Amino acid sequence: MSDYTLSASAISRLVRSGDVKAVDSVSSAFTRIEQVEPRVDAFLHLDRAGAMAAAEAVDRMVASGADPGPLAGVPVAVKDNIATPDLPTSCASRILKNYVPPYSAAVVERLRSAGAVIVGKTNMDEFAMGSSCENSAFKPTRNPHDLSRIPGGSSGGSAAAVASAMVPVSLGSDTGGSIRQPAALTGTVGFKPTYGRVSRYGLIAFGSSLDQIGPFSRTVEDCALLMKVISGRDPRDSTCSSTAVPDFLSFLNDGVRSLRIGLPAEYFIDGMQPEVEKSVRAAAEVFTSLGARTLDISLPHTRFAVAVYYVVATAEASSNLARYDGVHYGYRTPEAVGLVDLYQKTRRDGFGDEVKRRIMLGTFALSSGYSEAYYKKALQVRSLMKRDFDLAFQDVDVIIAPTTPTTAFRIGEKINDPLSMYLSDVFTISANLATIPAVSLPCGLDSSGLPIGIQIMAPPFREDLVLKAAASLERALGIAPLTADP
Amino acid sequence: MEYETVIGLETHVQLGTRSKLFCSCPTDFGGEPNSQTCPVCLGLPGVLPVLNGKALEYAVTAGLALGCRIPETTKFDRKHYYYPDLPKNYQISQYDRPVCVGGAVEVETPDGAIRIRITRAHLEEDAGKLVHQGDSPTSGVDLNRTGIPLLEIVSEPDIRSPRNARLYLEAIRQIMRYAGVSECNMEQGSLRCDANISLRPAGAEELGTKVEIKNMNSFAHVEGALAYEEKRQAKALEKGEEIVQETRLYDAEAGTTRSMRTKEYADDYRYFPEPDLPEFHISEEMIKRLKGCVGELPLERKRRYMSEYGLSDYDAGVLTGEKPVAEYFEKIVETGADAKKACNWVTQDILRVLGEKKIAIGELKVRPKGVAELLDLIEAGRVNNTLARNRVFPKMAESGAAASEVIEKEGLAQVSDDAAIEEGCREAIGANPKALEDYRNGKKNAVQFLFGQAMRVLKGKGNPQAVRKALERLLSEEGGGQNAGRG
Repeated sequence: MSDYTLSASAISRLVRSGDVKAVDSVSSAFTRIEQVEPRVDAFLHLDRAGAMAAAEAVDRMVASGADPGPLAGVPVAVKDNIATPDLPTSCASRILKNYVPPYSAAVVERLRSAGAVIVGKTNMDEFAMGSSCENSAFKPTRNPHDLSRIPGGSSGGSAAAVASAMVPVSLGSDTGGSIRQPAALTGTVGFKPTYGRVSRYGLIAFGSSLDQIGPFSRTVEDCALLMKVISGRDPRDSTCSSTAVPDFLSFLNDGVRSLRIGLPAEYFIDGMQPEVEKSVRAAAEVFTSLGARTLDISLPHTRFAVAVYYVVATAEASSNLARYDGVHYGYRTPEAVGLVDLYQKTRRDGFGDEVKRRIMLGTFALSSGYSEAYYKKALQVRSLMKRDFDLAFQDVDVIIAPTTPTTAFRIGEKINDPLSMYLSDVFTISANLATIPAVSLPCGLDSSGLPIGIQIMAPPFREDLVLKAAASLERALGIAPLTADP
Repeated sequence: MEYETVIGLETHVQLGTRSKLFCSCPTDFGGEPNSQTCPVCLGLPGVLPVLNGKALEYAVTAGLALGCRIPETTKFDRKHYYYPDLPKNYQISQYDRPVCVGGAVEVETPDGAIRIRITRAHLEEDAGKLVHQGDSPTSGVDLNRTGIPLLEIVSEPDIRSPRNARLYLEAIRQIMRYAGVSECNMEQGSLRCDANISLRPAGAEELGTKVEIKNMNSFAHVEGALAYEEKRQAKALEKGEEIVQETRLYDAEAGTTRSMRTKEYADDYRYFPEPDLPEFHISEEMIKRLKGCVGELPLERKRRYMSEYGLSDYDAGVLTGEKPVAEYFEKIVETGADAKKACNWVTQDILRVLGEKKIAIGELKVRPKGVAELLDLIEAGRVNNTLARNRVFPKMAESGAAASEVIEKEGLAQVSDDAAIEEGCREAIGANPKALEDYRNGKKNAVQFLFGQAMRVLKGKGNPQAVRKALERLLSEEGGGQNAGRG
């Protein structure tokens, strides 16, 4: 029997050495899932049979002396917007309910060939649009630290699955904070790689120029391990970079001596939870005590981030989601009279309110007569934001900031107030717009015992800097304790 | 009132790549519906396009052949509209930075050469097609064509008549075929065109309201549809009616156009840059290399044939109609053969055989060297022209054998031996006393008839000049004939 609290690195070591069987690792995960999932609702689909078969294959490889890969026997949960040919991939949308893709996402291939075992697909905000997981067409996911609260979103299921130790690691996607925000709210490590670091082939698009797949884990080491497996060039994604992938695990012990760390004034704002600011400032002092230098910096265009994001992301989304029309696959209205009616009723009934809201916003932003004022203007401001970061990174190596303005809010608290919901991404959006790598990792708890996340950002393709700073902080603060049974 | 017709064409050329524009599916015509598809061209959730580099090269090559400027970088954009044959409900096309900019085509018309400017040419993916089955209330969708690379060539409104529109389109076809980027087969849809046409009072500067015409599936349709539309608009203007800006469909059977939809509010395609593709850089080296592939354009070549070989406008046009034919001809001439004789042989005999066999010149078993050899043998009197044409060449085309081989094997060598020829002529005269009688009575046809009979006795192999000479001599010896005709 394997212990569900083991990290992915530990499981893989034990499976590869033959000390633990992959089937035991996986069945232990399912035992934990059976206990916890009914309260957390992190998964949309579970695949015990497929997972056990995959685990047996890993065990056979170990027995025959072949190398099963760096994630041998590691149970992994995958967000439901990443294509799996043997499991439904619904994006938590009625319009893709029960849709099974005929092909595999690049990251799924990479996970599997590294010996990882996919246990199921995780809940999310529909088409990754949301910050609470409440926009799932099927069910909300709950925060394992407090079941009355949201786990964040959109990758809330993947975050909650790791936070409640159903799996040691999972994959999410991050368009404006959809990995880092739930990581912060669930006390996990969540990494948004540089745009182009990880292939998007098989990631069902929301905002194509912003989307990146990344890992959730409980430790920085596991984060680096997953990053190592999923990163790298893919000829099927023209936006995926051929920049060499370093051994991310090799930076974890480098320390932060003489690392220049920037604290942007714009990320400490009125209205944020004071405990969040306090925790992040305390973390900054920890860095100083470890030999890093902290500097106050400015990213002056930060105040435009939410506005720019909600034009660029929705414009791209309005285009990406045009294909869900009931003609070729997915949900089709049973009551259409004629083609236009088929389109309208299928989309009316297939999409949820938030998705429709964003499609309308994006359609408006791109329409003739308005695209100059909205879409083109947003692109211009986006490049100013990018330049903010370029200039800042001339003076500092990494930037730290709170991941979210508050800790996890209650289910239902913001669902009828889209604007306040959008503002929960105010600190995470910039990294997507600037295409830079950013991690969120736990840096404390608020007075209610809810996790607080700190964000570390670095220049494009400098994941190594992010990971070495994150690993140093984690060593100093200690790995966040596992949630008590939710 | 006198009106001037103003026409601009949007021509879609299907580039002849083996795989599609953004995936590796084959582009073959006529496969089982949906047999040539993959997740990418089906537009399934999560897939991404990857540009086919060959398609970009073909687009650049085509642009160079059209005299376009090739900007250093080019990018793709999404064009949105909903239709079941467009699985993503957007088409990946090019909006503000097309691969080819500017350019012009020179077109020969019966009234002299005209120059039609090209606004731009851009790459885009083709859509699929709907399949309607009889009275069934449902339609099928075939996505084999989805994602096939198209080059859309947009002309300036420089065309002034329906006939010239057809000639322009034919010139585009010929240039694309010369450049080797497309078959441009209108029946298979690898060449398609929409036309914009408006009328304005002769001498006016301002353009009239334009009408777009679609559904023209042959060169004749293009001319026919525009001619109809020209008349329709003129009649309407005469009556003081306003022309409605609209799209009209050509009905080939009726020879008319009918309104498809009025453009009361313009389509909003919501173009924006395709985020799944980077900008593409087109290097100087690539342009240089592709310029080499374009080579001599059809019209240049035709004019060179007229000046260099003294060929007629017609012959030069036929020879240069298809690049492989022109190249075949030039290879014959390179061996030193007489250009006019080579021209006659290619334009008459070879094109006839190609037509009969329904093959391309590249598939012909007789290579240019073989033709040159045959021309030499005719020149040297080893075989006469008629036999060469009717017996030797068909045999060569059949088996691929050399001319000399066929002549020997079939015993077709020309008989120039005086005794044998005289013997043949005597026999012909002896066997046809009636003809001799006619000859004596001054009937001109008689000589020609006897010539044919003599050639028949000689099994067609007689040297025609020698036979004619011998016959004339024998007949005059027979006496009485003053009218020995030249036949």
